[in-house]
Amino acid sequence: MTFVRRAWAVVWKDVLAERRSKETVNAVLFFSVLLLFVFEFTLGADRDRLASVLPGLLWLGVLLAALLGLGRSFVLERENECWEALLLTPGDKSAVYVGKLAGNLLLMALVEAVVLTLFTLFMNVDVGRALPGLLLVLALGTLGIAAVGTLFGAMTAHVRARELLFPVLLLPVLVPVLLAIVKSTEALLAGEPLGVVSHWLKLLVAADVIYVVVGLLTFDVLLEG
Amino acid sequence: MTRWLGVVAMLGVLAGLVMAFLVAPREMTQGNVQRIMYVHVPAVWVAYLAFLVVLLGSVAYLWSRAPAADRTAHAAAEVGVVFLGVNIATGAIWGKPTWGTWWTWDARLTSVAVVFVIFIGYLLVRQMTDDPERGARFAAVVGIVGALNIPLVHFSVYWWRTLHQPPTFAKPGPAAASSAIGAALLVNFVGLLLLCAYFIAKRYDLLRAQQEATA
Repeated sequence: MTFVRRAWAVVWKDVLAERRSKETVNAVLFFSVLLLFVFEFTLGADRDRLASVLPGLLWLGVLLAALLGLGRSFVLERENECWEALLLTPGDKSAVYVGKLAGNLLLMALVEAVVLTLFTLFMNVDVGRALPGLLLVLALGTLGIAAVGTLFGAMTAHVRARELLFPVLLLPVLVPVLLAIVKSTEALLAGEPLGVVSHWLKLLVAADVIYVVVGLLTFDVLLEG
Repeated sequence: MTRWLGVVAMLGVLAGLVMAFLVAPREMTQGNVQRIMYVHVPAVWVAYLAFLVVLLGSVAYLWSRAPAADRTAHAAAEVGVVFLGVNIATGAIWGKPTWGTWWTWDARLTSVAVVFVIFIGYLLVRQMTDDPERGARFAAVVGIVGALNIPLVHFSVYWWRTLHQPPTFAKPGPAAASSAIGAALLVNFVGLLLLCAYFIAKRYDLLRAQQEATA
């Protein structure tokens, strides 16, 4: 099997398992809807104040949902005792990483679509003109979050208190990505052109490249368990 | 061997104290408080060098699986966190009388704090993994990601703080660094570097003794 077909096999397995069990997606989507309520309750209904912190809230929603979703990805493999099967994958184990990463990207894209729609509906934001730029920022940021999340998820699946350690490891590493996406979202929603945030986009690309390359190179070390 | 390194390190730190308190001039506006810089600034340099050792040790460990490489990375991470802690603590002590606050979300303070938390994560992974060999592998991956992340943290935090608002206070320290100040900084840097090397060597020996005792 080629690298791509092996990676595809992992994605297909994850999507199929999720389609039949509907465990992660349903819970994570519902969680992100609940977050919307929590934000509204804790920050009050003051439209002006809410508007000024909206880019932060939007990404906080995505990030918290990602912490739940990405952490599950490898825990499922352990609970169902499929870890050995992943280890038995012939050839380069980084194909498993690519497959898992793609599956996590799908999950996050779904969550982001829902969160973004709900935010525009409930928080009364006009994303229309900023949407193309916003989607670019969203894509680059999501890749960074998912790349580190997939790597650390494979690690913390084997660790005591994994629900605790996963965010503790992930959040500080993701500070550059978070700053980049929140600041660019802020600028784009304010109607600035994409050129204004080009330095943030470059930072996101650099972060994505570093995280994915490190993930590809070190994943087989983590898969050993 | 380690003992002699300790003796030399002690002499280096003493020389640094002499330079900081007796040779370097009293700062015009801040007074003697400014002398904390001679520990504050070299501590962060030494800490970042220690994290470079973590990166190299982690890569070497994943490459060769030599326990020596892992012990080096482990020891360097612990000592690096201590020196970064010293940097943050002395910064807060220096900040209170000069800026009027213990902490502010300034670019450099923030980036140092983020790196501090990343490497505490490195130590946590090891502690929370039951099998030490597995912990070593996991920590090596965290060490590589964490160390490569340092430049990204610096750029992002710098842009975050400086593009949208001008600095609210002048940067502390000598406006025109005299040669005595530069020399005092250099001596303190060498002294703390030796101390860092001694701590790492000592921790390395302890880790080896621990592993031999449990093996």
